[in-house]
Amino acid sequence: MSTLSVATRTLTFAQAVNEALAEELRRDESVFVIGEDVAEAGTPFKVLAGLVGEFGTQRMIDSPISEAGITGLAVGAAMTGMRPVVDIMFGDFLTLVMDQLANQAAKTHYMSGGKLKVPLTLRTTMGATRRSAAQHSQSLHAWVAHIPGLKVVLPSTPADAKGLLKSAIRDDNPVVFIEDKMDYAIKGEVPVDEYTLPFGVADVKRSGDDVTIVATSSMVRVALAAADELEADGISAEVIDPRTLVPLDRDAITRSAEKTGRAIVVDEGHRSYGASAELAAVIADRAFYSLDAPVRRLGAMDVPIPFSPPLEDETVPTPQAVAAAARELCGHH
Amino acid sequence: MTATESTVHMSADVAVGMYRRMRLIRLFEEQANELYRTAKMPGLAHLYIGEEAVAVGVCSALRRDDWITSTHRGHGHCLAKGADVARMFAELLGKEAGYCSGKGGSMHIADHEHGNLGANAIVGGSTGIATGAAFSAQRRGTDQVAVCFFGEGALGQGLLYEVMNMAALWTLPVVYVCENNQYNEYTHYLEATAGEILARPRAFGIESYEVDGQSARAVYGMTSQLVERARCGDGPAFLLCNTYRYLGHHVGDVDRAYYRSKNEEALWRAERDPLELHGAWLQEQNIATADALAAIDAEAREEVAVGLDFALAAPFPDPSRVTEDVYA
Repeated sequence: MSTLSVATRTLTFAQAVNEALAEELRRDESVFVIGEDVAEAGTPFKVLAGLVGEFGTQRMIDSPISEAGITGLAVGAAMTGMRPVVDIMFGDFLTLVMDQLANQAAKTHYMSGGKLKVPLTLRTTMGATRRSAAQHSQSLHAWVAHIPGLKVVLPSTPADAKGLLKSAIRDDNPVVFIEDKMDYAIKGEVPVDEYTLPFGVADVKRSGDDVTIVATSSMVRVALAAADELEADGISAEVIDPRTLVPLDRDAITRSAEKTGRAIVVDEGHRSYGASAELAAVIADRAFYSLDAPVRRLGAMDVPIPFSPPLEDETVPTPQAVAAAARELCGHH
Repeated sequence: MTATESTVHMSADVAVGMYRRMRLIRLFEEQANELYRTAKMPGLAHLYIGEEAVAVGVCSALRRDDWITSTHRGHGHCLAKGADVARMFAELLGKEAGYCSGKGGSMHIADHEHGNLGANAIVGGSTGIATGAAFSAQRRGTDQVAVCFFGEGALGQGLLYEVMNMAALWTLPVVYVCENNQYNEYTHYLEATAGEILARPRAFGIESYEVDGQSARAVYGMTSQLVERARCGDGPAFLLCNTYRYLGHHVGDVDRAYYRSKNEEALWRAERDPLELHGAWLQEQNIATADALAAIDAEAREEVAVGLDFALAAPFPDPSRVTEDVYA
């Protein structure tokens, strides 16, 4: 959205999500939202605040605390003509919905030889540093990105969140839409007119020539802050946001790495066996002969997220860590 | 609401049709077993022989546009809901002409045109889907009903209780049909099931009944009432059908003496066979003669033979199809 020339106004990430849902609920009566405290409470994060006023409790449905059950119900509803939007409050609770997501939603279209469809959107959250401890802080997008049949969206700006969420709801496949809970208050320019954003199209959040930083979700902001730091050192960093892990815009990532010859991947999932490994592998496989240095990866430490602030802050990538990695790659010590 | 056979009203057409469908399922399953024994079928299958009255009794009480979800032991449900024998066999053999173009196999047959949202290889895995289909029917304002078939083994899965709670809360038009074939795989259900089965749905305020699952008439009669009240907006129901799996957990489960006696199996076959019971009743009631039933048997045998020949001769999918249908 960096090259917008359309009329915009400033919205928070939460407002952008809310607006996307409102527009799709208004546009298509088969859309409904189901989850814990999604109606009058508007979720504990208040992201859905006010929607029940316009759409009522028949379409903003407060559910029991039954993550697997509501996801299963949504799969069945999606197979029979509805477009459910399931709200799973914390991404950590994906563990509870995994069978319905991975064995049911993801495989139904394929197992039925293409006859059944599951147009389901599951919104959930990720991200540490909220002092929420080990069971409310994980970034588990790699779990779902590993399952063929699911699409996985990680928006990093209000404008991306709105356009991608509208596309998710209109998509005929199960889409897992993951919002960083630390991003809800951030502000950004959002087009005034209605729009959607396509999946599988990465966005260059900042252009540069010396090093590519591929960053996801809130790590885009971390990468942009690092790029500012690097600029002072005379290093020009390009920040590229895949926006959707599935489908993944391999070409855009490859092009950027080929251009700069150096690449860092920053993702808030645990460092081992996660999205950062896949993104790094794309670069290593496809841009190997253009690289001047090995691909670097930064992710959450391989520890459960601790509660104590000084401990928790150790676990996630920071602008300083990203900038240090970039300097090292570029031979600035 | 009573479940006795004597109070069940049904037309002669329905009564004879149920016999025919049960015979078709029996013959289909015998042939599936033969395909396994002769190494013509890839993988395994879980046979429904002995339980035919449940699928046929239930599905005979449904409309074509009512939904069902099925289980790993699902061939009977598919056929009872109207699936075609030839395409079923083709799917069991992994052929392109199968219901899922060979991508699903025995445990995943779906037949959308007849309202079958698919068999499911996760025990209890489809309980959410059936409940969601009922939710969808209610919210879209149709009068469709969803039936959720599951075995008594699914009573061990938490998902069932989550969705029964919501079905009751929101008065959803879903009927949970528990097929108690006595065995969770190789373990008698009493070793795995504390308390009363019907106390579980009743705890949610769900209308719950028990019926002789070897009597197609009793199953049909009870299901008809439960479907009717669901269709009228009176909410979910639970029907416990007591039945028996004549064969093993799957086709390869041949030596079963370590978990049940041959005498027990023989007793069910001799005294509680759903086809024998229903056939005898049709004759007693002068609805069909022995000759007429023999003719139905012969027709079903022919249909199975023709379907099997078709499937055996049908081509496999081209390997290039492997990447199709991952995404819609």
